[in-house]
Amino acid sequence: MKLLNISSPHTTRALSTSHVMLWVLAALIPGVITLTYFFGAGHLVQIVIAVSTALICEAAVMKARKRPILFYLKDNSALLTAVLLALSLPPYAPYWVTIIASGFSIIVAKHLYGGLGQNPFNPAMVGYALVLISFPVPMTTSWSAPAELMNTSISFTHALNVIFSSRETMDAITAATPLDVYKHQIPIATASEIYQNPLFKGADQSSIVLGWQWVSAAYLLGGIFLIWKKIFTWHIPVSLLVALTFCSLSFGWDTDSFVPTSLHLLAGATMIGAFFIATDPVSASTTPLGKLIYGAGIGILIFVIRTWGAYPDAVAFAVLLMNFAAPFIDQYTQPRTYGHNQPKRGLAAKK
Amino acid sequence: MNTPFQLHDFAGGIHPVENKAQSTRCPIADAGIPEKLILPLTQHIGAQSICTVKVGDKVLKAQLIAVSHGAVSANLHAPTSGTITAIGQMPIAHQSGLTGPCIEITSDQQDTWIKCEGTKDYSDVSPDSLIQTIEQAGIVGMGGAGFPSHVKASAKVGSIETLILNAAECEPYITADDMLMQEHAVEVVSGISILAHILKPKTILVGIEDNKPKAIAAVKKVLSQLNNTVIQVITIPTKYPSGGEKQLIQILTGKEVPSGGLPSELGIVCYNTGTAYAIHNAVVNGQPLISRITTVTGNACLEPKNYHVLIGTPVEHLLKISNTNIANTSRLVMGGPMMGFTIEQIQTPIVKASNCIIAATKDELPDPAMEQACIRCGMCTEACPAQLLPQQLFWFAKSSNLEQAENHNIADCIECGACSFVCPSNIPLVQYYRHAKGEIKQTNADKQKSERAKIRFETRLARLDREQVEKEAKRAARAKAAANKQADKKLAEQTIAEEKQTINTAQKIKSGTAVTILSNVSTDMATKSLTDEIEALKQKVVAAQTRVNKATERYNMAKEQELDTLAAFQTGLDKQQTKLVQAKETLETFTRQSEEAK
Repeated sequence: MKLLNISSPHTTRALSTSHVMLWVLAALIPGVITLTYFFGAGHLVQIVIAVSTALICEAAVMKARKRPILFYLKDNSALLTAVLLALSLPPYAPYWVTIIASGFSIIVAKHLYGGLGQNPFNPAMVGYALVLISFPVPMTTSWSAPAELMNTSISFTHALNVIFSSRETMDAITAATPLDVYKHQIPIATASEIYQNPLFKGADQSSIVLGWQWVSAAYLLGGIFLIWKKIFTWHIPVSLLVALTFCSLSFGWDTDSFVPTSLHLLAGATMIGAFFIATDPVSASTTPLGKLIYGAGIGILIFVIRTWGAYPDAVAFAVLLMNFAAPFIDQYTQPRTYGHNQPKRGLAAKK
Repeated sequence: MNTPFQLHDFAGGIHPVENKAQSTRCPIADAGIPEKLILPLTQHIGAQSICTVKVGDKVLKAQLIAVSHGAVSANLHAPTSGTITAIGQMPIAHQSGLTGPCIEITSDQQDTWIKCEGTKDYSDVSPDSLIQTIEQAGIVGMGGAGFPSHVKASAKVGSIETLILNAAECEPYITADDMLMQEHAVEVVSGISILAHILKPKTILVGIEDNKPKAIAAVKKVLSQLNNTVIQVITIPTKYPSGGEKQLIQILTGKEVPSGGLPSELGIVCYNTGTAYAIHNAVVNGQPLISRITTVTGNACLEPKNYHVLIGTPVEHLLKISNTNIANTSRLVMGGPMMGFTIEQIQTPIVKASNCIIAATKDELPDPAMEQACIRCGMCTEACPAQLLPQQLFWFAKSSNLEQAENHNIADCIECGACSFVCPSNIPLVQYYRHAKGEIKQTNADKQKSERAKIRFETRLARLDREQVEKEAKRAARAKAAANKQADKKLAEQTIAEEKQTINTAQKIKSGTAVTILSNVSTDMATKSLTDEIEALKQKVVAAQTRVNKATERYNMAKEQELDTLAAFQTGLDKQQTKLVQAKETLETFTRQSEEAK
């Protein structure tokens, strides 16, 4: 055998990028299960639509770019983007909304920027923001009502039917999101009046926010698992949650005028955003200090947009806005290198 | 000694599979004397040694065969007795895979020693003469870098507060230091004591990773037998690269070696275990560095173990005695799997710094997987012991953004390979950094070169300007002198004319005799100035001749070298020749005039 000539190091750890993606997908499983349990199978249908669209688009782009298709499909990045997008979309959004969002994520937000690792913006959130701005009606009226309030669980075929054809039967199984309800009723009602809505307390008055609290808890669990697996560090999610909590407690402590902290954390996309969206390493800040600033920026923006903006939820916009800032943050947050007294910050000095 | 030693941690680090058990099962064996030994003249950092033998010479074991050259260099000795059979370029242990100047010794299998005299009790010997002994013995750092040991030991007495023995041996597979301490702890401790005698440090620390309990026990046992409480054995957690000099210093002292600086700036000096052993041998036994302990391991090797190996032993010999299946070997690594380099030719010799040979099968060290895109996951940042941002450096290195790479301290990368090890995208990060470092080095060298050229050009312009000014001044001076001369001449003519007039007037009155005298005076003066002129012209002709000669010479030279500027030289020569002819003509005219005048 001819001896291989190659420079060091000669050994590597077995973890590969496709494994990293798979671990993230695995960590989403509790979230998907709770979602299905509390809100029916709509998300599962969306996952199927988004994933098939994404994989087809990815393969098409790879063919157009004359790259080995299978090699790139196997990195599982398109798969993960599609799943995250599907989990962000309203469960009964019409199929074409999902197809547009998923296709746009992969083709425009990912590959037109150069493909994996090159995209400045989180592809899933670009797709989500596109359809949210373009198709506001289906994007706000297609949220699933909690199964507990309907006394029935929506099956996969039922969801499939709603998403693909019979939109008119949709009213029976949809409801506004808790954040939406709170945001629109608080100018005319007190907190305790709003809490009478069964979306919050449920039939037995035991919940903070029906269904959503458990979904958020499931995402939190998955996120903690990924930190423990060292797939990403704690910096972004922790600073995001701390900043959001801090803002909410400082400026929105009056629950008769503002959304309470518990709803900020548990009712919307905060947990999936903090652990699965904001932590997308490609578009996030990459230095330890930069990650803290980046996460905190998203947390603050979520609060600002939810409180004073037009949209009830804000994770997509907050993440995209901070994506803009990430390269700049990185320039100014270089850590101190071994043997240096001071960290170097900013651009290289012109010689 | 009851207070627990305060350990510090270094940033990052990784835990690769150790693979050390295979080669520690058997005691250290003797590798024997190979038929031929190849001794490269550069087995150390610094200048190449100068060979002092010639082909055909008979040498004895431990005889000096190459001497150090310059301040940072090392001596080289014959590892066994035999005949010098070749001196020239041979494959060497270097990652370039190139050849290097080597001395080949064909052994006579007698292993006849030259007379070696050691100093059993060195307590009265001055540090300087001990340093000299170390230098004579050709000892260099045996952990991998090969820095000449005497240079390190020559620190000013009192400037070194902490002496560290680097026995961490953090790279997977390598067990040479581990086995050395297990079997030769007495000698290792003696080596440290010699270094302590030279450097007089306040603290002496032996840093050993906790995966070598037998070695730790062995060294501790020797120390307690000797009642030595000065040397402290410090067990450190196993984490790669704890044996990196900078990292070990950080673990043991909490201090960081300044960027671009040396540990001695902190009053610290580090020695490798093998080096301490070699120093003991040199001082106590008087033996130069001619052998070392090398681990031979890897899955293709059926009897992995450590060997006492003569420096210069071809790797082939070691593979043979360790029963290695070469056909099954896909990669032959010299050094560890993290920082070692591959060798393609099995004739490559073991050098002073070769601590390990890994004969790896394809399953063991698989061929590198196809590189995927960097997703900036940051696992490399978490692993980097130098607290760099490898993902950013990769970006800059790949796009040749050298300015930013420098700004992100690429120079502080120790090339430990931790980042490549953890990279999920299989990016050969260290290779990228090496490339960028090389590019930066080249750019800086080019910059210096162009800087020098610029200075040279500007100096030349300044010189030309100065010469021009001087020429002008000279010309002005000459013109002034000529004008003065002219004025004098005029004045003289005027005087003569006036005198003539006066005389004429007088003549009218007096007789005509005076006329002749006066006209004589006038002719005399004219002849005199004419003679001066001729003299000047003659000189001019000589000068013109010289110039013609020079021009001819230059022209011929240009013709010989077939320069493009030949035409220019031709024109120059023609010009000078014309000038010469002109000068000669003028001279002739004047000579004729002067003769006519006479």
